[in-house]
Parts: sequence; C-alpha cells; structure tokens
Amino acid sequence: MVNSMSDTFDIKQYQITQEPFYQAQSNEVALYKAAYAARLPVMLKGPTGCGKSRFVEYMAWKLGKPLITVACNEDMTASDLVGRYLLDANGTRWLDGPLTLAARYGAICYLDEIVEARQDTTVVIHPLTDHRRTLPLDKKGELVRAHPDFQIVISYNPGYQNLMKDLKQSTKQRFAGLEFDYAKSDVEIGIVSKEAGVDTDISAKLVKIGETARNLKGHGLDEGISTRLLVYAATLINQGIAPRDACRMALVRPITDDADIRDTLDHAIDAVFAA
Amino acid sequence: MTATQEEREKLKCNFKRVQSVFDGCMADARQHLSAAGIEAYIEGANAINKTGRGEEPVLVFLEEMPQVAAKLGEEVIEEVVTFTRTLAKSPNSKAIPNFLQSLGGAARALESRLLFTEYLNLVVQTAIRTSPKVHGIDSMYTSECLPDFLDSVPHLLSMLSLGGLTNWVNYGVLAYPGDPEHQREYFQIKTADSRAIIQRERHGTLFSDAERKLDLYLRGLWLHEVQFVPYSLDFDELRKPVPYLNEQGLHLPDVFDDLPNGVRGIDRYRAVLAHLSAHRRWTTPLIADNLSPFQRMAVEVFEDARVEYLALQEFPGLRSLWCKLHPIPNENLQQDADVSYIRHRLAILSRALLDPKHTYDNPLALKYVARFNELMAKGNTRTSDIQLLGVQFISESKVPSDSSGKIYFTNTEVEYRDDNRMMWVFIEEGDEEIYEERPRPPVETEDDFKVPPRMYPEWDYGAEHYRPDWVSLYEHLQPKGNPAHIDQLLAKHSALAKRLKKIIDLLKPQNKVRIRYQEEGAELDLDVAIRSLIDFKSGAQPDFRINMSHKNDGRSVAVSLLLDLSASLGDKPGGCTQTKLELSQEAVSLLAWAVDQMGDPLAIGGFHSDTRHNVRYWHFKGYNEPWGDEVKGRLAGMEANFSTRMGAAIRHAGHYLAHQKADKKLLLVLTDGEPADIDTSDPKLLREDARIAVRELDQQNIYTYCINLDPRADEYVADIFGKHYAVIDNIARLPERLLQLFMSLIK
Repeated sequence: MVNSMSDTFDIKQYQITQEPFYQAQSNEVALYKAAYAARLPVMLKGPTGCGKSRFVEYMAWKLGKPLITVACNEDMTASDLVGRYLLDANGTRWLDGPLTLAARYGAICYLDEIVEARQDTTVVIHPLTDHRRTLPLDKKGELVRAHPDFQIVISYNPGYQNLMKDLKQSTKQRFAGLEFDYAKSDVEIGIVSKEAGVDTDISAKLVKIGETARNLKGHGLDEGISTRLLVYAATLINQGIAPRDACRMALVRPITDDADIRDTLDHAIDAVFAA
Repeated sequence: MTATQEEREKLKCNFKRVQSVFDGCMADARQHLSAAGIEAYIEGANAINKTGRGEEPVLVFLEEMPQVAAKLGEEVIEEVVTFTRTLAKSPNSKAIPNFLQSLGGAARALESRLLFTEYLNLVVQTAIRTSPKVHGIDSMYTSECLPDFLDSVPHLLSMLSLGGLTNWVNYGVLAYPGDPEHQREYFQIKTADSRAIIQRERHGTLFSDAERKLDLYLRGLWLHEVQFVPYSLDFDELRKPVPYLNEQGLHLPDVFDDLPNGVRGIDRYRAVLAHLSAHRRWTTPLIADNLSPFQRMAVEVFEDARVEYLALQEFPGLRSLWCKLHPIPNENLQQDADVSYIRHRLAILSRALLDPKHTYDNPLALKYVARFNELMAKGNTRTSDIQLLGVQFISESKVPSDSSGKIYFTNTEVEYRDDNRMMWVFIEEGDEEIYEERPRPPVETEDDFKVPPRMYPEWDYGAEHYRPDWVSLYEHLQPKGNPAHIDQLLAKHSALAKRLKKIIDLLKPQNKVRIRYQEEGAELDLDVAIRSLIDFKSGAQPDFRINMSHKNDGRSVAVSLLLDLSASLGDKPGGCTQTKLELSQEAVSLLAWAVDQMGDPLAIGGFHSDTRHNVRYWHFKGYNEPWGDEVKGRLAGMEANFSTRMGAAIRHAGHYLAHQKADKKLLLVLTDGEPADIDTSDPKLLREDARIAVRELDQQNIYTYCINLDPRADEYVADIFGKHYAVIDNIARLPERLLQLFMSLIK
C-alpha cells in the first residue's frame, strides 16, 4: 500500500536556501564532509549554545541536502519518529514520521538533544545507523531502505547529563563524534560581531564577560554563558540598550538564581564596560 | 574668652581644678550653646557637684557636655543631669565619671536624641543585670562591670550600632552569670568571645559573609585561587595592617565599611583583589638590596601603576572604583621645612598615574606620567623596565627634608594596595649563619585514629541567638562486643519476628500504580478505548492514548536512629528484669533487622555528653553498611554513661541524614529523659536548644520523631518535638512498640 500523501510529499521545503553564517573553529567542516561522503552517522557533542545546530544547518546547505530537525523530548515515542496510522472518516491512513521521511527522500535527519528522548525510543534509529541502512515499519509491514543521500546526525550536551539521561553504549557506538566547545576568544568575537552587527570592541567585551562566567562553571554555575546569549546581548546593544543593562538582561539573569554569582557577574560587567 | 564674674558666682564649686578649667570650658560652651543652654549647663555642673563624688565628675561634665549638647540639642543636658542624680543614689555611683566620659563618644556615634535615650536605658539595664543578686533582691550591690562597660562604649559604638551593642551586652550578661571576674574581662573586650560577638554584630561588609563572592570574583575574572586570611583592624590601634600576599595566602581586613562616597564594602574587597591579582599576573620580583628605601617606594608606586594600567586594558571599569578609593593629595599644601613630604609627593604621582582626569600641574610629576605612559604604550613591559623610572624620580625630586624623621602621612595611604612584599627579593637576609634544622620524628600520639571534633552552635533562648561553635562533638566507632549476643536477643523475639515478617512483606514497595493514557503501553485500557471508538464512529477525532502501563511505586525513605546512651539508661525500671539499655538493645536490633528486610537505608548512632566540650557520638551502623556481624557486634558493645546533650547530637545525625538521597528522611530519637548536662544549671536551655535543632532539621525536610521511655516525658517532650513523639509507658514492651511505631510512620 503506497499512500497518496507520501507520493505528493515535497522534500524541497526542507532544503536550506540561504547560507547560514557559520564560523569554522577548526577542521570540523572537512571532517563532516568526509563522514557524509561515507554516510557515517555523526554525533555532535558540546555545551549549549556553542553552535551545534548552526553547524548542521550550514553543512546541509553546503552539501545541498534537505535537513529535517527533530527536537527530542521525554514524551517522544518511537512512533513520533517513525510514523503512525491516523484515523480518518474512511479508515486509517499512514503518516510518515520525520525519521522515515528523511530516510525515504534522502535528507539529513538531525535529532537535537537526543538524550532527552527515552532510551527505548532511541533504539529505533539503530537499523538506520549501521550497514543495514534500513528502517522497518512493523506496524505498516514495510521495510524502508534508506535513500543514498540519507544521513543521521545527533547532538547532545554532555554537561548536564545525569545517570538517567545518558546514551546506551549500543547507541553511542554507532556514531562518529565531533566535539564542540565555545570558540576561542578571537573567533568568538568575530561570530558575535557578525551575527548581531556590533563592532568588535563591544563584542570583545562581551566575550570577556562570557569567559568570566565560563570560569565559574562548576562553582555554582552549571553552564557558562553561551555564544548564543552573547549574541542576544549584542543584539540588545544594537537596539540602543545601554551595554550594562543589556548584559544584565541577556547574560546574567537567565543563567543564575544564585545571588553571589549574580553579584560577581554584575561586577564583571561593570569592570568591563566602564561607566 | 573667659568666664564672666557672674558665671563664676553661679558655679558653686570650689575645687581648684574645676575653677582652673572653667574658663576654657565656658569658651567652648559659648561656641555651641545658647544663653539658656549655658544656664542649664552651669546648673547641671552644680547638680553634679552636689552628688558629692568629688571633682572628677564635675570636670568630665564640664568638658563633655558642650559637644554632646551641640550634637543632640540642649534638652539633653537636663536628661543627663537627671540620670546622673539617679545613678548617684544607686550602689553604682562610682561609675559616674565613666558614664559622663562615655557620653561624648555615644553622642557622636548615635547622633539622635531618641537613640541617646535608648542608650541611657541600656546603661541602666546593664547596671541592674550585672549586679550580684542575693536572695533575688536587686539594687543592693555594686555592679563590678559597669565602669568597664562604660569605658568600652566609645570604642564599641564606633563599630556597632546601638542594636549591636545591646546584643553584645546581652551576651555578656547571660554568658557569665555568677562569674564577675570573667564578666569584667568580657566587658573590657579582653576575651575571645567578646571579640567574636563584636565581629558578629559589626556593621559593614564582613569578610566571612563575602568570602564566596570574592572567591567567585577571583575565579571568574582572574582565574586565580588563593587562600584568604582575614585579619582584624580593631585591635591594632597603633599601626593598621595593610593587605598583603605571602605563602600562607592573601591577608585581608575582616571587615570593610561602606564608604560615604558610595563604594560598597564588597567593592572595596574587590578593589584589593583586583590589585593583588594584577600583581600576581604581571609582577616579577626585583632584587631589593641595591636600592634605598626611598627608591624602593618610588619603584613600588610605578609598579602599582603599571599593573593597574595593564588590568585596566582588560577591565576599564576598575578605574572608577580605584579612583574612588585612591586619596587625592592636596598639591598646594603648606609645607613645613622639617617635615618629610616624600610620601605626599609619591601619592600625588600615584594619583596622576591612575587618574587621567587629575588636576595636578607639578612639572616633575607630569613629566614622569608622560614617560610612564610612553613606556606603557610600547607594550610588553616588565617590572624591571619600571625600576629605572622609580630610581630617577627619586633622584630628580630629592629635597633635603626628605630624610627628616617627621613624615607627612595625611592622604597618602592607598587602602586597596598591598605592601608589595612579594615584589622584592633580598639576597642577604642578615649576618646570621644558617643552621639546618634536623627533621624531628613526629611525636607519636596515643590514639592515632581520632576524628577532629565537629563544632556545633547551641541556641541560647534567653539571648535569642546561637552561641557559635559552642559544642564540640567527637565521633567514635563503637568498640565491638559479641555479635552472638544480638542473635540470642533476636532468637528470643522470634515469635514477634515471624509476625513482623508478614507485615514487612506487605510494606515492601511493590504496590503497582496504573499509568493511564499511554499511546503505547502494556495493555489496553478498556474504558478509554471504548470512548475513543465512540468518538471515532461518530466522526470526531478519537484519542489515541488508549493503553495503560504499570509501574512499581517505590518508597524512598532514609532512616537514622539516634540513641540516648546517658547513664540513666543503665537503670532498671520498676517491674522489669532488664535494664533500659538491654531493652533498647533488643528493640534496636529488631528494628535494624526489620528495616534491613525492607531494604531501606538505616543508620544507627548513639550519643552522650560530658559537658559541652565533649559530646560523644557513637557510630553503630552506616546507611550502606549491611546488617551483619560487624554491626551486631557494635550493638552488643553498647554502654551507658554521662549526660544527655541532645541538640548537638540531633544536628550531627541530621547532618548525615541530609546527605542521603531519599524522598523522605526520618530521624528517630530514642531517649529516656530530657536533655541535661552537668555544666548547665538551667534545664530550659538544653531543652530549647533541642527544640531549635529539631526545627532546623524540619527546614531541611527531615522528619524527627521521638520515642521516649520517661514516664514524666509529657512535661517536656511536646516542647521539643511538637506532636512527633510517643511515650512508652510499659518499657518491657519496647521492642514491639518501637517496630509498630516505625511501621506506622513509614506506611
């Protein structure tokens, strides 16, 4: 049974048309290209807001492949990935899930924050990630053979793992891994300037504050200030907000409720942006 | 201006010394007081003269009052005179001069009539409360401490608010009842606790409150870690220490007040840390031997400026903070010929180097600022580059008066800078020969398995505050007895154990809970499925979540059992063949067995105390220790001794329990009497402390429950544990009852 919807499905909507801004930190672009050439599944590790998702977007654009992103969460079931039967007035109708779509039409399937999904859910990707490159749809009785362009990419943040939320060894060992971190300060200054359209003087100061917070990781902060937040702060400054207010709003208030840390970061902001 | 004849006549006091200073006093009074005020002033002096305490009080009154009245208004004269009269009639009349002497300082610090009246009240209260009482009757004996207290007041009020002073007095009054010698020392600020209370009550930013922030500051902005060593500014009147860095760590003042120009205490700490961190990052030591002290001073000024310049490149906001703290020496100072102005000159230079908006036009200073800036602009400077600048500055600016013994200090001290001791290396320390010290073998201690004591506070209900670090608690491992003994006890209760086993099986966390509305689950949930089908048939969108699953509802309880092992436990209660200790042993063994069967983590500890300096906490079983011969042996070795200081033991057991990962935390206290110890005569004190300890644990989500074997327990147990207690009247049935209670608590 081939259903009508899948026939008319337009994978083009997942194509990335405009070049996303991505500043390479090292040789990750070449590494990813090589992995894609062999269709190896790739795992991106790194703290939040360091550019993992942006990198996948950029690579999809560069390779000219459609990108299907799934934000994983705890309530996600295997059928949210694979697909399910829907009921309509005439009976049932099969609807492909994002993973099936990507495998059928040759897209890059990006499972963001994979550990948020339950472990039994993640197991469904296993047959797609080894030599088989197939996806059995047992409810439908179909074996989807992956399109030659299909690739699977997952991301996760090892920073806030706990015992309950970790990948199974059997899942981990199906991926090639790329480790991300916040960019070196000169690169990060460039990123913040480019993204938010502020001059390098301001972005250098923002990066300095970001580094201050990253030094405090593990001493009351679970995670330092991400590049994403720095861009937010720069965006606010670009709109005419005073830098010190913008930093307090975008960099400090979101990341901590600890009065001592807040006070220290506020002071760092005052020290970096002189009145 | 001298006193008029009329005024002299009004002053009916013939002491020669009074007469001789009267002129001066009147001149002072005229400056500050109105005509009516002067009238009251002289009247007051007469009234004080009439109290018949000699010339001293009159002299002090005449000297102090004009200033006090100027601060607080002239009505205060009347108030002081009335108060002095009352004091003169009391047994404490010899404290009058001390009282009058304290007024100046008090008026300066309090600056308000209302507070001043409060202060007078405090003096009365202190006098009454520190007087010895015989048969409960007051006002018969002299308070030994009152003069000492009054002498300390000006110093204390310079650091404490009136509220703080009141607390300080309260502590002194309550901590030394019936011990006037020590109380006097307390009021003279000679004892350690006296100083500790001052520290606690101080205004400003205390180092101990800010320590974490400072630690984060260093870590975040400077990537440094350093040991902080606070020192006190209070007890070094002559020479105030400055911050410094040595091998032990960073020495800082223990308190910084907020400054009138808006700099907060915490920012003053940060200014010090920023300066020192800059030194640590950029300063390399120089050899000091070839430089004169003046040259070294100048080099230090330039080096301070250099590291600050470098720090400002990274954190430009520090400039405004440092500028606010750096003194602004007056350039157009009237200079005396025999005074050395070297420090002054260097301070001007230092200010000019730090503050680009300075207004100095001393050509030499400007020249060196320009040279300095030129050097810094080149980049890559080192400490040695700066040395030349300092040496040249000294030789160019030298004047003969520099070597004078009198040095002008005003406005030259930069409070946030350290003494730069890490900047210098001395090649020759001195002429002494060096003997190598031979390592001595460490002295063997008799007991090498000793845990250092843990200090716990104790609540003083009278003063309504904690006595800090009051109780020392030592933890010991209970020596082992014969584990077979416990097995025998368990065998004796085998019938009970069998009955329990059934209950325990019921209590095991195995109750299943349905989780409904699952898209994918273990089985079909018929109710929902039918509803969905109806929806579907009627054309509406059905709910897909028609399955359900089950999960085991786990119970997560951590239990700590705290045994009172005081001497009274060795008693045999009436109608029993066993001591309470033996019964407790049985009960605890049964409980431990039962809890082990249920699989919940259980810890067992016991305590007794021999004064506050020695509270012993015996470890019987840890949370993760299995119920085996090891634990049984320790239980068999249980002994009863000493007294019951319960608060510290509860805090200690709670401290371990708080670290357990469990949803519910239960602390069971098994005791046979109320808290008591031989160094505490007030029975309410330890009872209140235990109550506060229970409340502390409650705040940490620990449920405390008391099982009491004392027939008279009703008198106090509810005060301590609220409703969480059970009194066991028939002690012989303790083993059974304890288990029943436990089961009902965790069901």
